[in-house]
This record gives sequence, structure tokens and C-alpha cells, in this order.
Amino acid sequence: MIDLLTEPWPWFVAGPLIGLVVPITFLYSGRKWGISSTFRDVCAATFPRNIEYLQYAWRSAGAWRLTMAAGLVIGGAIAAVTSSEGQSISAATQTDLAALGILSVDGLVPSEIFSWSGLTTLPGFVMIVVGGFLVGFGTRYANGCTSGHAISGLSALRVTSLVAVLGFFAGGLLSTHVLLPLLLGGDF
Amino acid sequence: MAAHASGSSDRASQGDAAEEGPERLWPYLLVGIVLGIVFTRSGVISWFRIQEMFRFQSFHMFGIIGSAVAVGGIGIQLIKRFDARPMTDRPMDMPSDSFSAPGWQYWIGGTVFGLGWGLLGACPGPIYVLFGNGVTVIAAAFLSALLGVWVYGAIRHFLPHS
Repeated sequence: MIDLLTEPWPWFVAGPLIGLVVPITFLYSGRKWGISSTFRDVCAATFPRNIEYLQYAWRSAGAWRLTMAAGLVIGGAIAAVTSSEGQSISAATQTDLAALGILSVDGLVPSEIFSWSGLTTLPGFVMIVVGGFLVGFGTRYANGCTSGHAISGLSALRVTSLVAVLGFFAGGLLSTHVLLPLLLGGDF
Repeated sequence: MAAHASGSSDRASQGDAAEEGPERLWPYLLVGIVLGIVFTRSGVISWFRIQEMFRFQSFHMFGIIGSAVAVGGIGIQLIKRFDARPMTDRPMDMPSDSFSAPGWQYWIGGTVFGLGWGLLGACPGPIYVLFGNGVTVIAAAFLSALLGVWVYGAIRHFLPHS
């Protein structure tokens, strides 16, 4: 049992557990499950200025999802201290990443780039800071992220969510196959 | 759920106005903690897993998203079939079945999000979970994402929507 909890989990365990959150949230409070609205809540709470988009009762609208976000941080910490077993990444991906100068697939992120010192390099800045900006901007423009559109939206058979998910993949493929090679150049 | 539903209808038949409870927040904390553990153990927060997905070199992420949608979809169909009501005193905010043509925001916003997802290797949920896992530099991505939301809010009137 302990082994099952500390080993990496296969997709057919994780996927259904994530999917269950959608009906559970509806049954509990009638809310449509999503995470990225918390970014808007934090902006509205800290620096709304005179922007109409950030003028709303973030406390009552966002309390539930901000609480869930706090749980995500705690859950991540619990998972980290109870096991450090890594994922087995496909050999083909390892070869492709090695050609980009990413030689190790240990851990959760490429540690040489995703570190405070890596942040001041061009690849680190673009991947973390520019990447983060595009995630924030895009998710509010599209009115949802992977949770709200790919999981909740597709579960409800929403055509708008299908389009958003097509966009997610179009953008992700462009970043993976064009921007990352340009950025890392195999000479990192 | 079944026990609760029958309980609330009993109370309703007795004319109790407060037939449903207030929305408590601790269940959301619990859901967040469980999801944080699931996201970590299954590699959803792994930059390398996202690379595998965008390179179509592993079924793992597609299996996770696909089975999540299948289970979520069955759940939603059951909720509609039995016209289930929320446990708390709130309306069911279920998206309607009416078709609306997807506006520009889904095409453009979705692609912008995807560009960021490919670079950062993390979407909003995993940003929180990675921080919990001790990848502290992800805080820089979080702050930058907040700036992205702020800029969107500031210029959204100039952007094409539906």
C-alpha cells in the first residue's frame, strides 16, 4: 500500500481521479471547476487600479478556488516529502531534449534552466517569465485553462472549449518544435 | 450524496426553510491537497511529461486528459439525467447545451496560452503544485502570469472577442 502511494501513478489512476473533481464540484456547490480564475482573483485583490475587469467581489467569487489553490500547494509539499521517485520519460523524448542540451530528465523541471540563477539567462527568462506571462494572458483571454476548458469544458461537450484546447495544442506545438529549438539551439 | 438528498427533501417536506447547508471552504482545501498529490505522483507537473505530450512520444498525458474527460463527462450526464441539485444553498451553474459559435478569444487566447504552456511546461494548477514541491523559481512564472492577467484586463477592449 505504501509502495502504491510513493510510486509514480499510471494515467488510468490519475486521470479518473482528476475527472471526478468536475461532478464532485457541481454536486457540492454547483460550480464549474477551474483553476486559472485564481490568477484574476489575486490581481483583483492586490492591484486592481481602475481596470474594470478586476473590479468585482473577488472575495466571495474566488474564496472557493483560492482555498483550493492553497490546497494544491500543500498537496505538492506532501507529495514531495513522502516520495522523490521520478517519472520514467520516454527514450525518444530524452534523445530530443539531449539534442537541445537538456541532458537530464531527473526531477520535475530541467534544473539548470528552472533555477534562480537560470532565470537570468535568455532561455530561463523566456521559458519562465515570458512563458508565465503568456499563460496568464492567454488563460484569461480564452476564459479558461487546462482545467476549465480541457477537463471541465470537454466533459460538458462545449464546442468553445474544444476550440480553446485546439489552440492550446497549436501554441504548445509551436513552442516545442519552433521556439524551444531556436532558444536552446542545441548549444546550451 | 443519496443520503444527503433524501435528508434535505425530508426537511423540505417539513417546511424547513434552511433545507440546504452553507458552502464551507474546507472541502475545497481537501480537493486541492488531493489534486496536488495526484498531479505530482502522475507527473502532470513534470516539464518533461509536457514535452513528451507535445512531441507525441508518450500516451501518458493523453491518457490522463482523456480519462479525466471521460469520467467528468459521465458525471455531468448523470447529474443532468437525475437533475441533481448542489448540496449547498447555491444554483447549479451547469453550462447550457445551446450551441454558440466559438469567438476569437478561444482561438487566439487558446493559442497564446499554448505558447506559454509549451515554454513553461506548466499550466495554472501545476504552477501552484510545483511551488509546493519546492521549485521556488516557479514563483517568478506566477508573478509574470499575474502581470499577463493584468495586461489582459487593461487592453481587453482592444482585443477581438466573439
